[in-house]
Amino acid sequence: MSILLIVLLPLIASLLPGILSKYVKGIHTGYFVLIVPVIASFYFISLIQSVLSAPIIKHYSWMPSIGLNFDIRLDGLALLFTLLISIIGSLVVFYSIHYLHKDEALGRFYTYLLLFMGAMFGVVTSNNVLSLYLFWELTSISSFLLISFWYHKQKSTDGALKSMLITVFGGLMMLGGLSILIGITGTPVISEIMAQATKIHAHPLFMLAVVLILLAAFTKSAQFPFHIWLPDAMEAPTPVSAYLHSATMVKAGIYLIARFTPLFAVSNVWTYAIVIVGLFTMCFASIKAVNQIDLKGILAFSTVSQLGLIMSLLGIGSLSFKAGHETLYYIAVTAAVFHILNHASFKGALFMLVGIIDHETGTRNIHKLNGLMFIMPITFTLTTLGVLSMAGVPPFNGFISKEMFLESVLLSTEHPMINTIVSSFILTLMFVGSLFTFIYSLKIIKDVFIPNNIKNNSEKKPHEAPVLFLLSPIILICVMLFISVFPDMFRPLLQSATSAIVSNNITLNHIHHFHGVNTPLIVTIAIIVIGSALLYFISKWQNVYQLWPEQLKLNNLYNFALDQSQKLSFEINRRLVYHSIRFSIASIFSTLLIITVYVFLKTDLSIYFESIANIRLYELILILIIVIATIMILKAQSRLFSIIMLSAIGYSIALLFVFFKAPDLALTQLSIETISTALFLMCFYHMPKKYRHAEEKKFKFTNVLIALSTGVIVSLIALVSYSNKHFTSISEYYIKNVYDLAAGKNMVNVILVDFRGFDTLFESSVLAIAGIGIYTLIRLRKTRGEQNEETTR
Amino acid sequence: MEILIIILSGILVAAGVYLILSKSLLRIIIGSSIISHAVNLLLLTSGTLKNAASPIFTGGNKQYVDPIPQALILTAIVISFAVTAFFLVLAFRSYKELGTDNVADYKGVPDDE
Repeated sequence: MSILLIVLLPLIASLLPGILSKYVKGIHTGYFVLIVPVIASFYFISLIQSVLSAPIIKHYSWMPSIGLNFDIRLDGLALLFTLLISIIGSLVVFYSIHYLHKDEALGRFYTYLLLFMGAMFGVVTSNNVLSLYLFWELTSISSFLLISFWYHKQKSTDGALKSMLITVFGGLMMLGGLSILIGITGTPVISEIMAQATKIHAHPLFMLAVVLILLAAFTKSAQFPFHIWLPDAMEAPTPVSAYLHSATMVKAGIYLIARFTPLFAVSNVWTYAIVIVGLFTMCFASIKAVNQIDLKGILAFSTVSQLGLIMSLLGIGSLSFKAGHETLYYIAVTAAVFHILNHASFKGALFMLVGIIDHETGTRNIHKLNGLMFIMPITFTLTTLGVLSMAGVPPFNGFISKEMFLESVLLSTEHPMINTIVSSFILTLMFVGSLFTFIYSLKIIKDVFIPNNIKNNSEKKPHEAPVLFLLSPIILICVMLFISVFPDMFRPLLQSATSAIVSNNITLNHIHHFHGVNTPLIVTIAIIVIGSALLYFISKWQNVYQLWPEQLKLNNLYNFALDQSQKLSFEINRRLVYHSIRFSIASIFSTLLIITVYVFLKTDLSIYFESIANIRLYELILILIIVIATIMILKAQSRLFSIIMLSAIGYSIALLFVFFKAPDLALTQLSIETISTALFLMCFYHMPKKYRHAEEKKFKFTNVLIALSTGVIVSLIALVSYSNKHFTSISEYYIKNVYDLAAGKNMVNVILVDFRGFDTLFESSVLAIAGIGIYTLIRLRKTRGEQNEETTR
Repeated sequence: MEILIIILSGILVAAGVYLILSKSLLRIIIGSSIISHAVNLLLLTSGTLKNAASPIFTGGNKQYVDPIPQALILTAIVISFAVTAFFLVLAFRSYKELGTDNVADYKGVPDDE
């Protein structure tokens, strides 16, 4: 079977749920949808053997002319991700069959979910940066649609908008970064870009590409300070939270970092940003998680924290890659890959279990839940197992990857490039992060399941969920336990994924549970002891959280920024658009002025006149009349006077035409001036008595300024263009041939109707349209629904 | 002569722009017709203003004034007349309907805030 077909299968299948949910009412649509991820899972599982020996590389043309093709590269890392996406996808679809009632808009839900699945397959298998970007944005869009699935809830749409704004911002940054890479290397194929690493490192835009791609990864993977969208995305249905916001989409940023590590690891910015931001996010989010009262809120911050952990491991990997510390490099990267796997297993299960608790009790508020231990024993057992793994308690898989994490961080502090201050900072972050991870993990058990003296006041009467509903988390927890017991079974997969990241074939040592008594183990024991003590006395110190000022919360900052930008753009709009017409006209003229003045300053233009006509007395008198009439109009206080002055100008110009040997013009001008004056006078009685409206002084001044400078500029342009005539006129041709070719003696008329007859045709159309327009303006009157009486008159 | 006509056109344009920037509709219309006069004069100047024969063919090798700008101006006059007439009736109608000819009062309804 073609690998492209499998990658695109969810996208193609996404056309069907809408139809199925409409016409097949008897069976839950989810059962049909389930087929897709199951097929994909089996397909990818069957590929494991061949990928472990060599990556699968395929090329399918799509838009070769712009380099956008389906270049598929399935190496160990991509395979790990496709397995996660398809297997957890199958479990989530199965879980959602029980979670979502048949009354819900199932067609919509599964369409979005399949779109997301296909997009995610595309992201991880793309060997082409353009298709990578395309699928990347498709994950943002489908995530947006899924978060706002219950769109009648304000919180859902707000959360969806927030996640959209932040992740699309990151996506656009990524497009910039990837474009730089294409620009430098001239190819959109990732493996070819990687091959030209030295060329890229030498390029001046290299640093910009690093920053842009970091931004993309940090926004998608919810790293500080872009993590704020993830807790709000918890308004999505729980299967969505389990799938997108814990196991798959949020790891796209991790994937991006891992994919480009060999290319960017030489950069200090890249390395330090990932280590510091990752560790800080881990620490910050785990502290925040302790204070949440919504179960999904705790898990959301926990996800942010664990993503930070994985991110920092990749950063340590880059650090040692750069310094040539090979052992540490492999340990850190393997730990990252291993934790991706572990986190997907326990976090997916925990989200599903929280969804079950929500479904069976009607609330996710930890203050309303209590003592579910005996009422929901299976849920309790599964949650406890998941939570212990999350806390990093032996003998679960979370413990193994946590040990590897601690070991990497401890080793990295011995690194020559890290001084004491940075290393103590890193160690503090690591310790506090791990400590609070332990606290919030165990707090879930303590608050929800262990009975205490507060009365249980959930909205429904709680009872254990049906077995089929529990099946998906059971499978995930079993997988988790399997990894815990036989971590070494997964070594080939991890080895392959690590090799893909470090682009070097490596052999990993046996993955042990127990390395003997060493520093990481002591740290773990310390965390368990101190964590348990802190958890026991939690009511004593939890008030500390209220000390953080409300204004400085990132969500408030985000809301403030959003609000202000809206206000600002509205204000600009109001000032520019709703302002008076005068303002618009003035800005048009000012723009004209500025541009012409700029051109005049840039080019040296000469003004000279070779042959000009003599000035004659009659013309001089006419010009004087025109100037006087113009001034009169400006000064006029009455309407009649200004209309008469306007016609004085018109008639004088007609006379000027006579002197300049333009008889046709003079005729036309005379008659048209007469008609215009008649029109003005006809409107005269209907026009308002008041001719002028008082202007403010400052407006008057700017008006004069703009008007004068426009006049000067127009004169200057005319003078310059008159001085720079470069060609002789084509009128010689008309003068010569007017009689021979067109059989007419009046040149102007022959030009109008013969040489350039089209102008005249459309000029008459203009006249006709104006006539029709005037007629309709006068005759047709309809004001809001009522037929005006004047139409019938 | 040409320089004089060009300066005259500049004065007319300045006056026209000033009138267009004012608030009364009638003044705006007058301003736009003044500007079209100025443009016609400029067009004519772009030909020649020298003392030559009218563009009526009488045979022989005489010097004629340039007929092309004249044809262009003729078209322009008619079009500007059509526009002015339409504009005038529009002003008249909007005064009747809206009760004011002060363009400062002509404001769109702002979108909901």
